[in-house]
Order: sequence, then structure tokens, then C-alpha cells
Amino acid sequence: MECWHFSEFPYPHFPADEPQSRINLPSKHFDPAIGADLYNRYLDEHCLADELGLNIMLNEHHQTPTCLNAAAPLSAAILARQTRNARICILGNPIAHRNDPIRIAEEMAMVDCISRGRLECGFVRGVPYEIFASNCNPAETVDRLWEGVDLVIRAWTTVDGPFNYEGRFWQRRSINVWPRPLQKPYPRIWITSSSDTEGVTRMAERGYVFAIFLQPWTTVKAMFDVYRSHFVERGLPGGGGMAYMPLVFTGDSEEDAEKGAAELRWYLTGARSPAHYRSPPGYLPLGAMTRMMRSAALPVGAQLRGRGLDALREEGILFYGTPDTMVKQIRAYYDKVGGFDHLLMMQQAGFMSHERTARSMTLFAKEVYPRIRDLAPTRATERAKVAAE
Amino acid sequence: MAKAKKSPSTRLATPSTSFVTIAGVRLEVRRLGRGKPLLMLSSEEMLEPDHAFVADLAGRFEIIIPSPPGFGRSERPDWITGVDDVSYLYLSLIEKLGLKAVTLVGFSLGGWIAAEMAVKDDARLARMMLVAPYGVKFGGVLDRDIADLWWLAPEKVAALKWYDPVNGHRDVAALSDDALTEIARNAESFARLCWEPFMHDPKLAHRLDRIAVPTTLVWGANDGILPPDYGRNYRKLIPGARLKIIQKAGHLPHLERPQAFLAHFQEFATRS
Repeated sequence: MECWHFSEFPYPHFPADEPQSRINLPSKHFDPAIGADLYNRYLDEHCLADELGLNIMLNEHHQTPTCLNAAAPLSAAILARQTRNARICILGNPIAHRNDPIRIAEEMAMVDCISRGRLECGFVRGVPYEIFASNCNPAETVDRLWEGVDLVIRAWTTVDGPFNYEGRFWQRRSINVWPRPLQKPYPRIWITSSSDTEGVTRMAERGYVFAIFLQPWTTVKAMFDVYRSHFVERGLPGGGGMAYMPLVFTGDSEEDAEKGAAELRWYLTGARSPAHYRSPPGYLPLGAMTRMMRSAALPVGAQLRGRGLDALREEGILFYGTPDTMVKQIRAYYDKVGGFDHLLMMQQAGFMSHERTARSMTLFAKEVYPRIRDLAPTRATERAKVAAE
Repeated sequence: MAKAKKSPSTRLATPSTSFVTIAGVRLEVRRLGRGKPLLMLSSEEMLEPDHAFVADLAGRFEIIIPSPPGFGRSERPDWITGVDDVSYLYLSLIEKLGLKAVTLVGFSLGGWIAAEMAVKDDARLARMMLVAPYGVKFGGVLDRDIADLWWLAPEKVAALKWYDPVNGHRDVAALSDDALTEIARNAESFARLCWEPFMHDPKLAHRLDRIAVPTTLVWGANDGILPPDYGRNYRKLIPGARLKIIQKAGHLPHLERPQAFLAHFQEFATRS
């Protein structure tokens, strides 16, 4: 089991009575002096993760105080220089929303070289409300993601001079990316999904890591099963693996851990957006859209908001406790979902102070991580199973 | 092609649905009524085909209602990315069905498609009525000419769209899964075609003066999606076009005030 520290670089100091925090919150609420402190603090925490032997995960969102990391390649580049051992995972580049995959190929190759081969290169389709910031056609995000990923890989692996590319979404007459990534043939690719089983199948086929964030454990297991069943059938070229991201707080006592968990829950309540931003036309498959119209069901994130800490722990959304209970929780969770490879931990959210964050990270790294490291990468197990059959 | 050879007088008055393949795209085409050909292009929600005012017109016209690619049961290959593509398919459809002296009527998105057809080729058109068509941006970079149907909350959109939002209410619970799926697919296809540039084609404003066919624009006085001034600007770009305003009506005046609409239509059909 590999563990990764993650924070969305939140800026929680906005009026609590604002009905919307994502997309539409006026930027006058951002105080650059506070922002400067926060950026440096969050980067320091990622450096601490490196010192503690944890890996690092970064992501980006736009037009929102819930995530000041609006350009993840920038923070990845900083950490490529300031850390020594941590793997640096961008999860991910919102390639559907960016106008130029070739620029992403360049940025990622630079980060891989500067970090001396520590980049884990993730791509995301982007959450629904991102379309209001980027103006990407919501009905095209999936197709843009896959075309973009293919183009980046082609750009990295074409080394004999310029090639011509005339695709559906991008056209270039002369692609010849300098630099090349340091890792051979290129950094491991990660992609996220929470419901697109067809996409998960493609990830397994190509040996990309499949990551899923903050979903009830039954959903996580079902999606992991799709990935697993596919690679059991076909083998898993190029590694791959599965990753899950919960909120994580490790405390000195159960009481302390519960307090920390309550602080982390800010992430579920602080990120507010109007319901229709979460289902723009064409973003969801027709079946899901029809079910949503029929039931007016709240999306999972909205359903989770009102839940108590116990229920969130039960669902696997929130892991919290003393080191002993954390080890038990994680091992039980691993078994419940059929095993996985990467625990992506949002260990900071909302108003949680640097001291509290650093303490939780340190406790985890020193007293939990060594006791869960032995959890086997699932693909090895599955391969053994296939071999035995 | 057998259908195209039938003369209008032999066609049954009862509605029929068939599929016509144009440029490899299988299009759903509804037909009803008898008389001179009337090509009717639905609004984006496809609310027109089953509406009573259509039945009224079917007594005098042979009405042909195609579903755009991705709407109704029409296919939508990936190369169809804009209204421009749809306009070419429909021009070919007119030819394939052997229609001449066509009365072309388009509502909202359908009005935009109709305008895009007429600037390309109006040889087979006799007259054209555009009811609150999208398609043109008149204002500057910071002006929002057309209310943003996707950014605004659905309740707000309904309030802008209808003189009385009750008129736009759909009882979702009473609809079948198939009907709901079609609604979701129509909404998706509408976004695919019109997401960016938002609800217009920057070229269209510069092409509208090619339209030589007699054209009437119809607008709801209370259209909050495209205010009547949008219609006045549109009229100025089409040579000889007239603009009729229907009171107490929003973006779909033919559905909220069908009698007033039919009166304008009658005048339009006999005058031009």
C-alpha cells in the first residue's frame, strides 16, 4: 500500500452565509496576503509529507475558494525542486478543459525531469461545475479526455522529429515536444472516475491507475470490481492499480481524532454549488440523467453533507482515529473493497491549522503507515490468481 | 424515394413517422396533413409535434417535421457539431422529398436552423416564418444577448421563457422512461450544437441579407430569453422582413397563444 498526502489548498475565509462557494463567489473575498501565507503553508505541508516518507498528490479546481491550487503543474514544479523522495502525483490535469494537450505534455515532461523521475501523471475529465469556468462543452468532456491523453502520450513517445496531427478536437501541423519525460517510456498514467464503467475498463486495458474519490464503499467496491474483472481477463499491461481517496485524520486520542474529523468535514459542507451545476446537459450518461430527473435524487456529495461522523466513517468517506484504530479501519476497508494499491489522503481541509495537520500527518506516517504497508498491491494477487487457474 | 414521388393529395391525413437517411444520417421525419408543403422545425424541447395548433394547420398543409440529429429518434454522428450542419441536412431533405415552394417555419432553435438554410439556398422556399430564432449576437463582448439557459437555475429559465411558467410545466412523474430519456437526449444534443459560441453563429449576421424569400419574424412580447429588441435587430438584417409581436407570450408564443399565432400565420401564408 502506498500512501499519499493531499490537500486542496482551501481558502476557508469567506462569508459562511454565501449560498455558493464554487464558481460564483466574488474574488473580492480573496485576501492576497492571507492567500500568500496559505500557499506557502500548504506547500510546506507537502514538503513535510516528503520528509515523513509519504508521497504527494495535487489537484486543481477553478473559480473556487475550496481549492487555491488553480494550476497544479505550478505547485508540482515547486515540489519537484523542494522535495527529494516523494512521488508527485498530479490528479489530475483537467485535459478536457485545457485548450492545448501539447502544453500539458511539455509541463509534465519538465516536472518529470526536474524531479528526476518522480512524476505520476494523472488526467481528469473534470467535475461538472468546471465546465462553467472553462466553457468546455459538457457533452464532449469524455471524448476530449481520451483524445487528449492519447495525444500527450504520442507527443512524448514520438522522438524522431515532428509529426502531423489532425484529430477531432485538436489539430497541429508540427508536434515535436522538448523535453521528453525522464521515466521510460513515460510516467505512469492515472485517471479518475466515479461512475463511468466503460472508462474504467479502458484504464484497465491500458494499464492506467484508476482512482476514485470520496464515494460510499459499496460504489468503490463495484468500480474496483469492474477494473479487477477486466484485468483478470486480459492481464494488466504497464502496471496500473487502484486508488481511493477518503478524508483522513489521525489523532492522539479518539476524542482528538473525532475533533479532527469534524474539521475535515468542512470539505463536504464548504463546497457549495447550485444543483444544476452538477448535471449540465450531456455530462452524465442518459441513463443517469433520466434517473436523476425521475427521483430528483441528490448527488452523493450532497447526500453525505448531512451525515454524522460515524456514518461517514462507516461509508469509508472519512477515516479517523488513533493510530491503532486507523490501522484496523484501513485494513478492514482494504478487505471490504477487495484490495487496492494507493490510499490518497485528504489530511487537511477547511480551517484545520498547520499544527493540527502536521501532527495528524506525523502520527499517520510514523505509527500507521508502517503497519499497513504490507497490504499487497492487488494486481499481484490477481495475477497470481490467474496464474494458478 | 417512393414517398417523394407521391403527390400531396394522395397522402393520408393521419400522422406517420418514417426515417430518411441524409448524408449517412438517419433522420426521424413526421408527416401529417395534406396540402402545400410546410416544413416545420421544432424548438429545442420538441414540444410542437403533438400540439393542437399543428393539427389545425394540417387541414391546409402537408406538414413535415424532422427531428434534428440527436433529437427525437434521429441519429447524431460526431461530425455534426453545429446548426450549420443541420441546415445542410435539411436542405438535402427538401430535395430528397421532392418538395417545392415550401413554407418553412422554425421555432427557437428551429428558427435558427431555418435562417441558416435560407442564407444558403432558398430556391425551394416560398416563404419563411421564424419564431424567436437564436443564431445572432448583436451586442458587444460584455453583453449577454441571449439569456444563459445552462448557467441560470432552471426555475429562473422557466420564468424567462414563459409568460406564465405554468405553461411550461411537465409532469415528470407521469412520463415513461423512454420519454424521459428522449428529453435528456434532446437537452444534451442542444448543448452539443449550441454550447459555444453561445447560441449563435458569428457568420450568420453577415449572411442574412442573402435571404430573398418573404420572411416574417414572430416574437412574444414577454420573451425573457430573447427580448423583443433582439427580434427588432434580427428583422433589420433580413431584407423586407416583418416582425409580429404576440402579447402575453414568452419565448414560445405559438404554444402560449396558439390562436394569436395562427392568425399571424394565416396572414403570412396568404399574403406572401
